[in-house]
Amino acid sequence: MTTFEGVVAATRGRTANFRTCQFTGLKVDIAAQRLIIANAVAAVVFLAIGGLMGLMVALTRWPAVHLLPAEWFYLILTAHGANVLLYWIIFFEIAVLYFASAVLLNSRLAAPKLGWLGFILMVAGAVITNVAVLQGESTVMFTSYPPMMARPHFYLGIILFAVGALIGCGLFFATLMIARAERTYEGSIPLVTFGALTAAIIAVFTLVSGAIILIPTMLWSMGLIRDIDPLMYKLVWWAMGHSSQQINVSAHVSVWYMIAALLLGAKPLSEKVSRGAFFLYILFLQLASAHHLLAEPGISSEWKIVNTSYMMYLAVLGSMIHGLTVPGSIEAAQRRNGFNRGVFEWLRKAPWGNPAFAGMFLSLVMFGFIGGISGVVLGTEQLNVLMHNTIYVPGHFHGTVVAGTTLAFMAGTYLVLPLIFQRDIIWPRLARIQPYLFGLGAAGISMFMMGAGTLGVARRHWDINFTDAVIGFQHSPGAFLMMGMNGISAILAALGGILYVLIVVGTALFGKKIVAGHKMTFPLHSSANVVSKYGSEGHIKLPGTIVLVTIFFLSFVLYYFVNWKYLSDLWLFR
Amino acid sequence: MAISSPERRVWWNEPVERLELIWIAVALLWGLFMFFFMIAWHFIGGQNLSSEAYRVVPSAYQEKVDAFAEKYTVGDESGTPIVRPPAGVDVYLLGRLWQWWPVLQLEKGQSYRLHLSSVDWQHGFSLQPTNINIQVHPGYEHIITLTPTEAGEFGIICNEFCGIGHHTMTGKIIVVDSKAEAK
Ligand code: HEM
Ligand SMILES: [Cu+2]
Ligand SMILES: [Cu+2]
Repeated sequence: MTTFEGVVAATRGRTANFRTCQFTGLKVDIAAQRLIIANAVAAVVFLAIGGLMGLMVALTRWPAVHLLPAEWFYLILTAHGANVLLYWIIFFEIAVLYFASAVLLNSRLAAPKLGWLGFILMVAGAVITNVAVLQGESTVMFTSYPPMMARPHFYLGIILFAVGALIGCGLFFATLMIARAERTYEGSIPLVTFGALTAAIIAVFTLVSGAIILIPTMLWSMGLIRDIDPLMYKLVWWAMGHSSQQINVSAHVSVWYMIAALLLGAKPLSEKVSRGAFFLYILFLQLASAHHLLAEPGISSEWKIVNTSYMMYLAVLGSMIHGLTVPGSIEAAQRRNGFNRGVFEWLRKAPWGNPAFAGMFLSLVMFGFIGGISGVVLGTEQLNVLMHNTIYVPGHFHGTVVAGTTLAFMAGTYLVLPLIFQRDIIWPRLARIQPYLFGLGAAGISMFMMGAGTLGVARRHWDINFTDAVIGFQHSPGAFLMMGMNGISAILAALGGILYVLIVVGTALFGKKIVAGHKMTFPLHSSANVVSKYGSEGHIKLPGTIVLVTIFFLSFVLYYFVNWKYLSDLWLFR
Repeated sequence: MAISSPERRVWWNEPVERLELIWIAVALLWGLFMFFFMIAWHFIGGQNLSSEAYRVVPSAYQEKVDAFAEKYTVGDESGTPIVRPPAGVDVYLLGRLWQWWPVLQLEKGQSYRLHLSSVDWQHGFSLQPTNINIQVHPGYEHIITLTPTEAGEFGIICNEFCGIGHHTMTGKIIVVDSKAEAK
C-alpha cells in the first residue's frame, strides 16, 4: 500500500486545528469546516440563480403567461440545467463528502489547500460556462448534443468544474486513508460515510467520462477535430450524465440516513443490508447511458435490455432496499423512543415540525413514488417510445433530482447550519413550512410535466401552439391544463426555494452564534431517548413500514402495467 | 447509529431480519419479471422499435427522399408535397431545419418501411396525438416497419431541441381508410 502511506505522509506536515462539537461530541477540523461552508454557500448561490431560471422557464411554458421570447427561453433553459443539475448539486455533494469523511470520522481533512484549489476551479468553471451561455452563442442545452455546437469556453467551463470536483473526491479518499492510518475511529466506517464513499467512487467514473467526451468536443468546437459522431457522443456523455445521477442518489440516501440518525437516533436495520444496497449501485450503475439510447437508431435490443435494466434491475433493487430500510430504521427508532401504539403512531408523532425531518421524509416518499417509479417505466425498452423526449422526461427527473435530491439536501442544511455554521436558524417558523412548500411545488411540477408528456407535449419547446409552424398542430385541452398547473406549481416551488435561500443566507450572516452551553432544541429533535447504542437494530416488528412498502409496491406494479396498456394501443411498429 | 461505526466489527456476519429478506426477495423477483417482460414483448407485443439502421451521407439521403417524393406526389399542403406511396413500399421522411418533409399519406392497416434521417442536426420524430417518439440522427438511416391502425390526420412535431426554430418544426401523416372510402 505505497500510495496509502504516501498520501498519509504527504499531508503530515499540517497540524490541524480542532474544535469539539457540543451536540455530537465529534471533533471538527476547522479547515474542513471552512471548506464545507464555502462549498455549501456556493451551492446555495447556484440554486438561487438556477431556481429562478427554472421559474422563468416554467412560466414561459404556461401557455397563458408565455413569459420569455423564444431565444431567451432556450438560453435560460440551457443555463437552468447547468446551474441546478451540475453546480448546485455537485457543490453540495462536495460539502457532504468533506462532512462524511473529516467530521464523521473525527479526522483532519487531507490537504485543505488542494480543497481550495478544487473549489476555485469549480467556481471558475461554473462562471465561465454561465458567461458562455449568456453571451448567446452556446444555446445548446446542457447536454450539448452534436452536431449542434457551442463556443469552446462553454465546454471548457464544464471541464474545469469537473476537474475541481475530482480534486474534491481525491481529498475525500485521502481523508479516509488518513483517518484509518491515524485510527480516528474504530472498526468500519459509518454507514453514512460508506454511502458517501459510494457516491465518490461513482463520481470518479462519471467525471472521467465527462472529460473523455467533452475534451474532444471542445477541440471540435475550436476547429481542431473534424467530426464528433452524435450517437457515440450520447453514449459517452450519458456515462457522465446519468451515472452522475447515481452520485445524487447515493448522496441523498446517505443524507436520509444521517438525518434519521441525528434526529431520532435511528440505526440501520442491518448494516449488511444497507451497505449491500449501496454496493449494488457501484456494481450496476455504470450501464446507465443505455436508457438514453432506447429511441436511437441502430442499437440492438439485447444491448438495450441488459443495460437499461442495469443488469436485471439490480440497481433498482438497491434503491428499493433503501426504500424499506430508511423508513424501517425510523420506525424502529421511534418505537424505541416510546411511540409504540398502533401501526402508525411512530409516524404521526414524528417531528413533522422539524424541517430537517419533514424535508427528509417528503424527499424519501416523493423520490420513491414519483421519481423512482416513473424512472423504471421510462427506462423500459419499449415503453420509452411513449415518452422519449416528451416533457414527461423532465417530469420524471424533477421527481428524482428536485423532489428527491434537492429536498433532501435542503433538509440536511437545517442540520448543517447549527452543527457546522454554528448558528441558530433565523425565522424558525418559516423554516418549518419551507419543506412543505417546496415539496408541494416540486411534486406538482414533476407530476404535471409527466401528465403533459403523456399527452405528447415536447420537452425543450417554446410554443405549445405551433403559431409559426407552416403545418399547424393542435394539442388537446388537457395538455394546456397540465402546463398551466405546472406553472402554478412552479410558483410554489420557487417560493419554497426563495425561502430556503433567504433562511440559509440570513442564518449564515445574522443567525445567533451558538456558543458552548447553548441548549439546542431546534432543529435537532429534543427527545430524551435519542441517544442509542449504535450497530444494527435487530428484532423489532415494523408493521407501519410493511404497510408503506406494500402500498409502494402495488402502485409500482399498477403504473407499470397501465403504461403497457397505453403502448399496446399504439400503431404497430417493428 | 448510521453516523457512527458499526457496533460489531464483523457486521457482515450479523443475521438479517426476516422482513428485509422478504422485501429483497420481492424486489428481486419483480426486477426479474420486468426484465423478462421486455424480452417477452418482442414475441407477444406489436410495438418494438427496430434496430435496422445504416450509415448514410446526408446528401445521399436527401437524394433518396427527393426521388421518392417525385415519384408519388399527389398533392400539396402549404408548399409541402403530399406523397402517397403504394402499400408496402419503402417510405422516406426527412428531418431538417425546421420541417418534416414530405407529408405522407398512408393507408390504414398497411405496413410500410419508413426510413428516418436528418440532414443537419438531431431531431425528434414525435407522432401526435398517438405519441410515438423516435430520435433522428444525421448520418444514420433508421428503418421502421410501421402499420397505422387508425385513420385521420396526425401531426409530427419535433421534440429534440434543434435551434431557434425548433418549435416551428412540424409535419404530417395522413392515414386513409380505403375500405371505408370504397363504401
Ligand atoms: C423552482 C424550481 C424549479 C422549477 C420551477 C423548474 C422547472 C423546470 C422546467 C419547466 C423545465 C423545462 C422543461 C422543458 O421545457 O423541457 C426544467 C428543466 C430542467 N430542470 Fe428544472 N425546475 C426547478 C428546479 C430544478 C432543480 C433544483 C433541478 C436540479 C437539481 C432542475 C433540473 C432541471 C434540468 C436538468 C432540466 C432540463 C434542462 C434541459 O432540458 O436541458 N430543475 N425545469
Ligand atoms: Cu427538429
Ligand atoms: Cu426540434
